[in-house]
Amino acid sequence: MASVVFENVTKTFGSFTAVAGVDLSIGDGEFVCLLGPSGCGKTTSLRMIAGLETPTSGKIFIGDQDVTGLHPKDRQISMVFQDYALYPHMNLADNIAYPLKVRGESVEKRHGRAREVADVLKIGTLLNRLPSQISGGQQQRTSLARALVYPSRVYLFDEPLSNLDAKLRLEARGFLNHLQRDMGMTAVYVTHDQAEAMALATRIAVMDQGRIVQYAPPIEIYRRPATTFVANFVGNPPMNLVPVEAAHGDGQLLLSADGLALGGLPMSSGVATALQASKALTLGIRPEHLTVAAPGAANAISGKLFANENMGPESLVTIERADGSRVTARIFTDDHIELGADVTLGFSLEHVHLFDSTGARIPADGEMPL
Amino acid sequence: MKQFSLLSRRVAALFLAPGAILVGLFILLPFFWVIFVSFTNRTLLGRTALNPEFVGLQNYVRLFDPATFFTRGQFGSSLIITTEFVLLSALVGQALLGLLLAWLMQAIRPGLKRFVEAMVIGAWILPEVVIGFAWFAFLDYDNGTLNMIMRGLGLPPGDFLLQQPFWVIVIFNTWRGAAFSMMLFNSAFASIPPSYFQAADVAGASSWQKFRDIALPLIRGHVVTDLILITMWTFNVFTPFLLTHGGPAYRTELLSIYNYRVAFRDFEFGKGAAVGVIIMLINLVLALIYLSIGRRKSKAEKEAAT
Amino acid sequence: MSGGAFLSRIGFSVLAALLGVLFALPLIWFIFAPFNARAEMGLALPDPWTLSNFATVFQNSFAVRALFNSLIQSVGGVILIGAAATLAAYALSRSTIPGKSAVTYVLLLFSSVVSGSAAMVPIFLIISAMGLIDTQLAVILVFAGGLLPTAMFILRDFIDGIPKSYEESAMVAGASPLQAFFDVALPVIRPGIVVIVVWAFVNIWGSFLIPFILLRSSEQMPASVAIYSFYSEAGTPIVTLLAAYALIYSLPVVLLYLFVSWRFGFRFFGGIKA
Repeated sequence: MASVVFENVTKTFGSFTAVAGVDLSIGDGEFVCLLGPSGCGKTTSLRMIAGLETPTSGKIFIGDQDVTGLHPKDRQISMVFQDYALYPHMNLADNIAYPLKVRGESVEKRHGRAREVADVLKIGTLLNRLPSQISGGQQQRTSLARALVYPSRVYLFDEPLSNLDAKLRLEARGFLNHLQRDMGMTAVYVTHDQAEAMALATRIAVMDQGRIVQYAPPIEIYRRPATTFVANFVGNPPMNLVPVEAAHGDGQLLLSADGLALGGLPMSSGVATALQASKALTLGIRPEHLTVAAPGAANAISGKLFANENMGPESLVTIERADGSRVTARIFTDDHIELGADVTLGFSLEHVHLFDSTGARIPADGEMPL
Repeated sequence: MKQFSLLSRRVAALFLAPGAILVGLFILLPFFWVIFVSFTNRTLLGRTALNPEFVGLQNYVRLFDPATFFTRGQFGSSLIITTEFVLLSALVGQALLGLLLAWLMQAIRPGLKRFVEAMVIGAWILPEVVIGFAWFAFLDYDNGTLNMIMRGLGLPPGDFLLQQPFWVIVIFNTWRGAAFSMMLFNSAFASIPPSYFQAADVAGASSWQKFRDIALPLIRGHVVTDLILITMWTFNVFTPFLLTHGGPAYRTELLSIYNYRVAFRDFEFGKGAAVGVIIMLINLVLALIYLSIGRRKSKAEKEAAT
Repeated sequence: MSGGAFLSRIGFSVLAALLGVLFALPLIWFIFAPFNARAEMGLALPDPWTLSNFATVFQNSFAVRALFNSLIQSVGGVILIGAAATLAAYALSRSTIPGKSAVTYVLLLFSSVVSGSAAMVPIFLIISAMGLIDTQLAVILVFAGGLLPTAMFILRDFIDGIPKSYEESAMVAGASPLQAFFDVALPVIRPGIVVIVVWAFVNIWGSFLIPFILLRSSEQMPASVAIYSFYSEAGTPIVTLLAAYALIYSLPVVLLYLFVSWRFGFRFFGGIKA
């Protein structure tokens, strides 16, 4: 196992900048998820670690070794591809053992090792089958087995679960989680599924337009999203973001917006700095922190019911505000609410997030590290 | 920094080398050489075989000499025969027959479909020499199958290769090449979602209406592709030579056969090369049209066509 | 089914059957004559059916030799085309050589323009200059060059459709580019190679004009040209010999057709005959 370091790495394709000056340090034994929408540069970053793309500028280290210009075959890494890339003409045993074959291992040794790994992954009985003769979940595990069959410094995953159906995906995710803790592997995992990243990662690097917007443990990404982009990307449904007008009042911060009832918030140095630039802030509240409240309640936002989706254990209650924007609450209710009825959603002040006019999070004074 | 790629440029150049040599020698070199030779009086034998002289446009002037241009066995006459041959056997014969066959294939039972397809494709894939002999026997005056049928129907038999040689090669080429159009249109029809026709069935459309209003507009791209490809192939075809040798009296002498006669029977390489250059010019126009359409077409359509 | 639809379906079937028979007519003779010991140009049911014509063919060393020559020329050409087209198509698909698509475009253009009937003079002169007139190698080389662009184009399309992750995964696993090519890429693109190989084989096997121009001595001639020597001293064709020979000569083409339509469906192969 080894660490991975990006030093001011940029990758351009013609006039398109896929990765823009990324610095990233992945510790030995860490499981880092690169999370972001398509085109954010996460896959390009992963492929640069693999050596399948060469950085336009900057350097990449694996362990202490500068691998920037090194051919993939010389990096001693392994990678699981989105489409699995199982060789259709080889049976599972030969597929899994291929990395050992190119390393010149004997047939007995590589098939023995392939069987060991396959047994762990519960595909040991399928070794004589061709990839076309097994299920999607089994194909996924075969590609994982091929990555695990030899000792690698870093394990790379390119959306490995995205071709599985929901149920298999959950199962595979749990298995990967177990495996990583068990082996203590250094892993870099690309995904656009925030739940997958939250479940697997020791740290998540949220990427947008070729840059890392936030690089932190999952809990911090969730509780203290660095920007409105991260806030909007992580969480399901995403955080409600309400543009507000800010004002001073008795040493407190007063926020006003249509349908918003909010007492004073404590003034902080961060807020003061933000207000020097602009009085237009963004208030963020996660759906799971909203409850149905009585009309006129303090710390609430109101509107007319737009939709009420019962999900079984919980409901998604969406209201439409006067300006047409919507706020969603994730609550436990079986109540029937008339479409268009007035609904007030309450929250407690500790769950309020504030972002300045550039979208950056405004930290509270004296925030302790999580 | 050396960029990673699946194949380094050095290895790629190595991979391309054998193909480049072959293509260079037998496609690019002939292209330029034929132009060069067409400006000389090179012959197969004699003094000018070894030391050909530069004669400028003389070969072209001879080809386009107004006094003999339209004379049978001369370039102009051959050009006209070829044009008529392409129009009748490819654009009318093969395309229409192929379209009709493809449409019939959609409606008939699998057993019959297999038989018809096997016959049509058989006409297309069998070696040209074999086909030539089969037709020679088919058209034989005394015992040929065709005259046997004519007599059976109470019609006068004919020595068609002598009496109607041009129509023989037109029908021959239609018969020989209809398979390609049929298969192209078959795959074109297959690419139309069945729900389109089912919707028309529900609306009460007849077979003809479905063909005219749904199928034909949807396969317009394929029709254009087909017409250009079969034009190019028919324009260059040499197979009728096996049936008529260009005769009788040059009446079936297509440009390819004319070129062969000038170069390899009369041994006038310079003049033959000039004919070759003109054939290439016409090919160039057709190919440019085809490629410009092909570039615009969607990839899916291209797969069905190529 | 309504009465009208039923009638039109019957009409379709009758018309299709009629067309099928019309297409079959010129070939019927060719099915009977080889098995008729007294075959002539006329259509006659063999009585009795016999294989004696085939025996005559196989006793004719010249005829057998010509079939063998056809095989040499076709196989030789196919090996050259298969190898050169595979390597070139792979390079065009997978490398970062600048101007790849321009190269493909120009190649396709030239290969359509420089047809056999247009370039017979320079091809003859080039082969003369190389001193290869009247050699089988001449036929092999000319076909390899002539068919290569189309073969390359088809294969490149095929390889473009194959995910790069095959080779990428091999390299990440430790394979060199050449190992990735031979272990992974080549087996995966084999169906595409089979298609162009079959296509090229059928084209060379059935060709007439090029060997007709380039070959002179009877020892070198392929079956397509040799078949014209089966004439009696009086100049009339020896029909029995001819018919049996033509059938033997057609057999590989028919078998390959059956093979391809069984393996891939004929549509794919069908479109690419030039």
